[in-house]
Amino acid sequence: MSVNANYPNYRGPVRDRVENFHGNQLVYVMWERHLLFCAPLTFLADPAMAFDAFLAEVLTPALAPHPESEALDFAEAQWRLDGEDFTPRGDASLADNGIGHKSQLRLITPRLSDLADAAI
Amino acid sequence: MNAKTSKRLNMKERYRIMTRDLGWEPSYQRYEDIFPQEGFEGIKITDWDQWEDPFRLTMDNYWKFQAEKERKLYAIFDAVSQNNGQMKISDPRYLNAVKLFITAVTPLEYNAYKGYARVGRQFGGVGARIACQMQSIDELRHTQTQIHAMSHYNKYFGGMHDFPHMFDRVWYLSVPKSFFEDASTAGPFEFLTAISFSFEYVLTNLLFLPFMSGAAYNGDMNTVTFGFSAQSDEARHMTLGLEIIKFILEQHEDNVPIIQQWLDKWLWRGYRLLSIVGMMMDYMLPNKVMSWAEAWTMYYEEAGGALFKELERYGIRPPKYADQTVIGKDHVSHQAWFIFYQYGHATAFNTWVPTAKEMDWLSEKYPDTFDRLYRPRFELLAEKAARGERFYNNTLPQLCQVCQIPLAITEPDDDTLLSHRDTVHDGERYHFCSDGCHDIFQHEPEKYVQAWLPVHQILQGNCGGADMEKVIGDYYRIEMGEDNLDFEGSAEQRRWAAWKQAV
Repeated sequence: MSVNANYPNYRGPVRDRVENFHGNQLVYVMWERHLLFCAPLTFLADPAMAFDAFLAEVLTPALAPHPESEALDFAEAQWRLDGEDFTPRGDASLADNGIGHKSQLRLITPRLSDLADAAI
Repeated sequence: MNAKTSKRLNMKERYRIMTRDLGWEPSYQRYEDIFPQEGFEGIKITDWDQWEDPFRLTMDNYWKFQAEKERKLYAIFDAVSQNNGQMKISDPRYLNAVKLFITAVTPLEYNAYKGYARVGRQFGGVGARIACQMQSIDELRHTQTQIHAMSHYNKYFGGMHDFPHMFDRVWYLSVPKSFFEDASTAGPFEFLTAISFSFEYVLTNLLFLPFMSGAAYNGDMNTVTFGFSAQSDEARHMTLGLEIIKFILEQHEDNVPIIQQWLDKWLWRGYRLLSIVGMMMDYMLPNKVMSWAEAWTMYYEEAGGALFKELERYGIRPPKYADQTVIGKDHVSHQAWFIFYQYGHATAFNTWVPTAKEMDWLSEKYPDTFDRLYRPRFELLAEKAARGERFYNNTLPQLCQVCQIPLAITEPDDDTLLSHRDTVHDGERYHFCSDGCHDIFQHEPEKYVQAWLPVHQILQGNCGGADMEKVIGDYYRIEMGEDNLDFEGSAEQRRWAAWKQAV
């Protein structure tokens, strides 16, 4: 049973289906062990946007308040996508990289400063 | 003379007439048509007459007791307002706890009133119906007395002016709202297990005692007084909560696994909800009462541990993931305050970095976690603020599909990694903060696919557009610079200083 309802075959409306985002989709990004941002970030993005453009235009400005953002080099970073290791193709779109609606990307960087001791 | 005495009913007889005797056997309608929600959850009641009323209280006496309590309560409210009670509080930062209470907790009381009125209608047993009726009226009374208690502060401080509107819209208030709506949209037996047992019986001490003691330690006479006035009602609700669980478990062995699943679910939901109480205790009270970790140890691990031992004979085990709450007690209050601090432009109260003295208190109370993880974070924030770069997070956080809290809580076995679970249901991906919330979704996905997640609603354009200032100001009705932002430099701080100087 997928819900405890008092009539059979109850189906709930899916409130966050991609059609509700007017041509965009949601992408979540967690910068692992960088807890100055209290939670992973939620972005609205065009699925046709190139991955490199997403990094330059969306993610970089969002991470700017972090003291380590200047030392952050995406070329040195590792990625995970929805729980799997992931090697992005920079010129391919989010969609072509397999980054779907409500996918979670994880950014994993080498030690950049002493802030890492407290996972800031 | 003898004849006159014999006309008076003895207590037991009078009680029977005023409660059980109010019911009747239906003759021309089917039982299941009169009580259409009693069966669908799978709970089997073989004999409603086995219900023991926890309190021998009848409606006529109930009104008398409550009226007396109201008279005392309102006499004190009058005295507080005539004596400028708002100036007697320890520190204006304290009022932020009151703002949190009126926006997050008082609307729950109102929802409880509606919830008990509904489920009271759904039970075939008259004893259960009367108990729900009384609790329903209690909850409405609590709503009213809380509003009246805080209305005095509302004349002098910000953040309280639109609390029912905010409850329905503001991002963090979706946490208590969705908690209660989950219970209210469940069947009547799950509602009672969730609210009467898991919340009122197991967790209520962790909600009311911190707020009421916090008020007492910080000179807030109105909140202390409504707390006292509600105490005998709360005692009745707690007794009812335990009675309900024992009654259902004794009725049929098939009820045991259903109740167990609800206990697992509602302890976890309640625990997540109480994160805001933890941060209130550890960060918002200028004069501290006890730490969240101490409160959890005393009221959940010790008192709750004894309770679940008592329920063992029915085949009930302690709630799943209770061990994670024990690990979490050293983290959640810090993590919760840190969320509010960085989204302090979108809160109807002020936030701040703890003072050096407060940080020392936190180090002492949290020797394993505070200095290692949280002090460095607050020191960095203090430095940023001193440079005029007070940190506000201008992006939106990822939320848990079930509890709706940002995914800001760390893994039970790795306190530097944010806890995250996900699943794909019917082609759509869903994200959770924990195993507990993930399991709740898996059990009833069709319920939680509908969750109104504030971040997603903003990004769908349903909260007044893409401009966050408009969302906060127009849609939430949080007045920029009046209700929100850092306490340092706030309107509240300036006004307080001016009032103190005038005295």
